[in-house]
Amino acid sequence: MLSFNILVAICLIYVTMLFIVAAIAEQSALKNKLNFLHSPIVYTLSISVYCTAWTFYGAVGSAARNGLEFLTIYLGPTLVFIGWWWLLRKLVRIGNTQRITSIADLISSRYGKSNLLAVVVTLLAVIGSTPYIALQLQSLSLSFAVFTQTNANAPSPAITAFLIAMGLAAFTVVFGTRNLDANERHHGVVTAIALEAIVKLVALLAVGIFVVWFVADGPSEVLINAEKMLPEATGAFTPRWVTLTFLSATAIICLPRMFQVVVVESDAEKHLATASWAFPLYLFLMCLFVVPIAVTGLEILPEGSNPDLFVLTIPLAMGQESLAALAFLGGFSSATSMVIVAAIALSTMVSNHIVLPLWLRRTQARNPESDDVRSILLRSRRISIVGILGLGYLYYQFTGGTSALASIGLIAFLGVAQVLPALLFGLFWRNASRSGALAGILVGFTVWAYTLFLPSFDGSFILSSETLQSGLFGLSTLRPQALFGINISDPLVHAVFWSISLNMLAFITLSLTTTPKPLENLQALQFINVFGRSSQHHMLSQISTSEDLFVLAQRIVGRAQAGRLFEEKAREQGKLYGLPDPTSEFIVTLEREFAGSVGAATAHAMMGQISGRETVSVEELIAVADETAQVMEYSARLEKQSKELAATAKELRRANDKLTKLSQQKDDFLSQVSHELRTPMTSIRSFSAILMSNDDVDRKQFARFSSIINDESQRLTRILDDILDLSFLESGKVKLNLHRKNLGEMLEQSIISSRSSFNASKVDIRLSEATSDIILLTDADRLTQVFINLISNAIKYNDKPKPIIKLDVDEQPNGVIVTVSDNGPGIPEGDSEIIFEKFSKLSSGGALSGVGLGLSICAEILRNLGGSISFIPSRSGATFEVWIPTKT
Amino acid sequence: MRKSVLIVEDEPFILEALSFLLKRERLKVSTFTDGKGCVEYIQSTKPDLVILDMMLPNRSGMQILEDLRAMDAFTSLPVLMLTAKGQKKDRAAAEQAGVSLFMTKPFANKEIIQNVHRLLGK
Repeated sequence: MLSFNILVAICLIYVTMLFIVAAIAEQSALKNKLNFLHSPIVYTLSISVYCTAWTFYGAVGSAARNGLEFLTIYLGPTLVFIGWWWLLRKLVRIGNTQRITSIADLISSRYGKSNLLAVVVTLLAVIGSTPYIALQLQSLSLSFAVFTQTNANAPSPAITAFLIAMGLAAFTVVFGTRNLDANERHHGVVTAIALEAIVKLVALLAVGIFVVWFVADGPSEVLINAEKMLPEATGAFTPRWVTLTFLSATAIICLPRMFQVVVVESDAEKHLATASWAFPLYLFLMCLFVVPIAVTGLEILPEGSNPDLFVLTIPLAMGQESLAALAFLGGFSSATSMVIVAAIALSTMVSNHIVLPLWLRRTQARNPESDDVRSILLRSRRISIVGILGLGYLYYQFTGGTSALASIGLIAFLGVAQVLPALLFGLFWRNASRSGALAGILVGFTVWAYTLFLPSFDGSFILSSETLQSGLFGLSTLRPQALFGINISDPLVHAVFWSISLNMLAFITLSLTTTPKPLENLQALQFINVFGRSSQHHMLSQISTSEDLFVLAQRIVGRAQAGRLFEEKAREQGKLYGLPDPTSEFIVTLEREFAGSVGAATAHAMMGQISGRETVSVEELIAVADETAQVMEYSARLEKQSKELAATAKELRRANDKLTKLSQQKDDFLSQVSHELRTPMTSIRSFSAILMSNDDVDRKQFARFSSIINDESQRLTRILDDILDLSFLESGKVKLNLHRKNLGEMLEQSIISSRSSFNASKVDIRLSEATSDIILLTDADRLTQVFINLISNAIKYNDKPKPIIKLDVDEQPNGVIVTVSDNGPGIPEGDSEIIFEKFSKLSSGGALSGVGLGLSICAEILRNLGGSISFIPSRSGATFEVWIPTKT
Repeated sequence: MRKSVLIVEDEPFILEALSFLLKRERLKVSTFTDGKGCVEYIQSTKPDLVILDMMLPNRSGMQILEDLRAMDAFTSLPVLMLTAKGQKKDRAAAEQAGVSLFMTKPFANKEIIQNVHRLLGK
């Protein structure tokens, strides 16, 4: 019998060898040597971490107890690798492009980088994996016990398990946390595990060959025994078979350690091609001798021996100690490799998604630069590894030796399998949302705990046996192992059915009813279209809808332009109505069109987003930022220019308005002049024609008509004079003849002149006193003209029997005000504003109305003299005020 | 029965000349010098022809014409419009408003007499 000490020595030597292999692999990986490390064979062998001690020892036990059912554990992964390699390829591609570090990271990343989801998946993984680790510890301590049954000095299984746990923790810490590679690849560990894979395969094959050809008499006898000894295997495709196959298939994708080796540690996608046949082959070899060993064990070993340990106990019973030692090493390898990888995967998840976020939150309040994140991460990862192994050990202690542990593997499988819907839908369904994933996982997990995990304690833990019997709150529909009254005899099948169904129901319902955030959409597209980069155009046309594109186009290039573009394209495609098909060519055209509006990088990013084409890379974002800066600068310049233009346009408009007004005034003036000239000309022409005809015109009429002709001719002359005078004054070319002149004299002269021209001797014209000494430096003729005009108007329009005209002079510090007022009819209120305009005729002008230029001329003269004239509204008669500045 | 002609004109000399000319043609002549009340005057006197100056105090000849044409009784009343503002747009506006004849000042006596007769249907 091998002594315990020798066994420990073998283990130590073996572990030392693993250390050395791992160290060499690590070193050469750093130096990029030893290419075989990167070979698909190493990758395939590392995947064999799937075969744990539970498989190594347990498969035989299962075969001995339940017949061929153990095959399902190999069937699931085989189906996945052969039939669903494209799913694995997608996972690996996503893992590489998104730098995924764990399954929790993958799920969280897919659903908008939700940390909550990451925490949930991490906890689920820890809860699901802990029993599994405990199982490895148990099988290890059991296998030790096989060799030390007779040795009183051997430590108890608990201590053995503890020492093993500590040893594994040390190994994992050393090789699992050596470096913090961005990809979380551990070349040393992977190589060590590949080596362990070979050891366990060789060990099992050796035991198998020994059993078939040396214990039994060749395969034929084994087959005969099998029929006799093996329990009636329930046929394939029974619910339990399908369920187990489904679970093991799920495990190869969802178990943290499997995800670690298949996705995270994957060096190259093409290795999957090899693995897709090599791994099933490995599994085939692993299960090849399971039945012979089980059958032979049942036959030759005494009744009641543990079939889980046949692999060890058969060689020992036959006295083959070295073979037993090899078998022991195989089991040891199976257990250790599983525990190491699981510890690495779980510690990555725990430290990345739980410890680090917590630490960051705490340090943010304190001093963020006090610690190096790297060292924190390493420390937290190491503590996590120790913690996880400690947890496994505690679990082993808690349930150790009970029968619960035997079935715990499958129970744990199903717990972790709850992430499957979130994972699969996330890879293929665009609408899968974070809320859906969260709800699905929580619902599935709850159902799993309620229907399988808690009942597995047979009423000793949380759920009482009473509840198990009659359901929660006594409701029979809530019986943990017969939910909703549906009786499925196998609790595992029942639990798988309900947990996965309700998980998917919650997931799909919430995904359909909630609106994902933009980041979620972006990530969803990147996950679903992870292969889009290589076959860009193909993917484009598949993903983007014309509606999406149309909405985007409207936003970028405007409604009209977008409409035109799409219409054109639709016509080109021969469509009479509706939107054009989003062909890749059309999308490229659109992108070019958008680039004109928002810049190439932005357009590319936008199109990429809407068509789910690819990631928005950092380079693209920088380009977008650059463009934005350029556009902003450009727009600032444009804004300035447009302001200047607006100012110029305003000035031009003002000038134009002025010119239009002037032109209008000129037209009106000419029209008025025409009217004023034609009116006297009409009388003259008509009467002269009458006189010329000389028919029946009597003498009196002759005299009358001649006098009209004479008067109208004079009027014509006056109008022409006034027009010329006014245009001369308006032109500003008037040369003023400035002299010193007495104001009183000027006024007296004006009175005389006005009187004589109107023969108005009876008009009472009163000139105020004290005007004699006011001397003005002015153009006396022009100023006199103003006074004559005003006095003449006052005489002309006065219809009173005793017309009175008053002239008042008011001397001011810097000028003189001359007021001319009369007792005539005055000026109607509405007309007072237009009297200074050219040709303004008062509405009540009547026959005596003048040409209408007199006051305009007055105003122009005073403007030239620097003074002003204004009409003063009064109760009776008209009052005009003339302001003349004093020139010194 | 002598035909009656109403002359609406605010320039006294032109009014005098026209009155003389038309009376000599043995027409019954009445005169009016203001735009205000002109339409009412025409309604009460119902002349056979109206000679209408365009520029009148208070209410232009054009407005009077439009008012007349809007009344059933005067849709076909001959209206000879006179203007001293020889602008083309005035003529167009007058024709649009339904003027019978548009003449500019100064006019030839013969011509206006001929046109009056023609409009009176002689």
